[in-house]
Amino acid sequence: MNAARIRQKIAFLVLAIATLLIVIPILLTIFYIVKNGISAVTWTFITQSPRNGMKEGGIFPAIVGTIVLVIGTMLFSLPVGVLSAIYLVEYAKDNFFTRLVKLSVVNLSGIPSIIYGLFGFTLFVLLMKLGTSILAGSLTLAIMSLPVIITATKEALESVPFSFREISFSLGATKWQTIRYCVLPYAIPGILTGTVLSLSRAAGETAPILFTVAAFYLPRLPRSVFDQVMALPYHLYTISTQVPNMPMELSFATGFVLIALVFIMNLVSIILRAHYRKKKLW
Amino acid sequence: MFRRINEKIIESCIKLSGLLVIIFVFLIFLFLLKDSISLFGQYPIGQFLFGRNWLPISEPPKFGIVPLLLGSIYVTIGAIVICVPFGVAAAMFIAEVAPGYLKHVLKSLIEILASIPSVVLGFIGIVWLGPFLRNTFGLKTGMCGLTGSLLLAFMALPTIISICEDALVGVPRTYKEAAFGLGATHWQTLWRIILPAASSGIIAAVMLGIGRVIGETMVVMMVTGNAPVIPKSILEPLRTLTATIAGEMGETVGGSEHYFALFAVGVVLFIITFMINLVADVCMRRAKK
Repeated sequence: MNAARIRQKIAFLVLAIATLLIVIPILLTIFYIVKNGISAVTWTFITQSPRNGMKEGGIFPAIVGTIVLVIGTMLFSLPVGVLSAIYLVEYAKDNFFTRLVKLSVVNLSGIPSIIYGLFGFTLFVLLMKLGTSILAGSLTLAIMSLPVIITATKEALESVPFSFREISFSLGATKWQTIRYCVLPYAIPGILTGTVLSLSRAAGETAPILFTVAAFYLPRLPRSVFDQVMALPYHLYTISTQVPNMPMELSFATGFVLIALVFIMNLVSIILRAHYRKKKLW
Repeated sequence: MFRRINEKIIESCIKLSGLLVIIFVFLIFLFLLKDSISLFGQYPIGQFLFGRNWLPISEPPKFGIVPLLLGSIYVTIGAIVICVPFGVAAAMFIAEVAPGYLKHVLKSLIEILASIPSVVLGFIGIVWLGPFLRNTFGLKTGMCGLTGSLLLAFMALPTIISICEDALVGVPRTYKEAAFGLGATHWQTLWRIILPAASSGIIAAVMLGIGRVIGETMVVMMVTGNAPVIPKSILEPLRTLTATIAGEMGETVGGSEHYFALFAVGVVLFIITFMINLVADVCMRRAKK
């Protein structure tokens, strides 16, 4: 074996080891949370409110809070995100405005989550007088989720063959009819995948909800969109840093439920993708 | 007629959405700027930018951003030094070396890592990594810059790996074929031809990784010890820009000097990440050509 071949063997081995050193911590992280958390995840834990300064009882209000926030986020970010992407792909001419929209999307995706928190706090909580509420939190998370939804929708729209549009136009359809009946139906899987993915990220975010919606301890369910709620990530943060003598297994169990929720959402997005890909006809 | 009106309404909705995106970015910057300018009416900007003490509740309060800036820089450098070599190596492995099935498994694992909420990693930092580092290296405390750097490096990996991998895969096949045709080994081709050809994309990946690390809040707030002092080394407790905003916002009174100071910190953070993303965007575009 010549020197070059030996060098290749060594180099590839180094690459493999580096990859392994990334893979092992990922598996360990999941294993660590699951192993320590699963025993405390009981029916009571999932369906009951916290008691005794959060040291006993369950996390039901936090689960509900996170789900409510995710739904609220979707209601705001899905329409705006999808429509902006339609604008960029179908309507935009190459002008200053279009470039500005594109630049803004890039920018939004790079803004740190805590800045969204600050912004949501001044605009929604103070200026629009929504107070720390589900509405303010959802709007904040929605703006944060926009870039992912826009990018995913854009890719989905672009992957629909141009001939679909040409045929529709040639049959006398208007621009919107073409988009509505000949482009969007085929882009739906991509849009859904991107949306679910961005929502799963919103579900795990803490910084944007710190001052816009999250309640430290609120053992009841929200009554209106102007209520505060507990949320899983914020709950995990408070019980692991602010509550002295917190029983460890409850913290682990909260982490476990949070990870499980996020993974389930990711799984849904993967299944959606696979399901629609099978039905793809061209 | 009805059709045409309908069409117009929808078209304007679509354009309005595009406009909204611009407005959001503009508003975010405007709001941050507006409130931080209120600070500089009361507190000199020079003392804010170059002050070496962050003592928001002392009398008189001091809002020197230097300790926080250094905290962010220390943690970021630490994280990048750790995750760039590993990330690029893993991207090379996934893009060129790993067989098909392994490629899928590895990519899914990276996606799983990307989806773990940062607060969970912060929690692991508190209960396991911090104490582990303290006992292993005999540190005074496990809640220090190093713990933050390690976790942030871990969190930045998915960004770096996926963008690097895209860049490596995007190198034209002909480059590879030409190198093979001249008798180069696979490794020589990867190292001398593909890696340099993908360099723009790799730089973009690193920049986006830096942006992600510098903007991360929860992990650093939970594990770096929250000490707003100028850190002597990465092994000491420190505090970043992000953690300062997140940690102190809840305790301030709206409209107070302290409140405005936190917005000024936000502006600094916004400008830093803006620049980083701009560089990344330029590199990305160069990589696509």
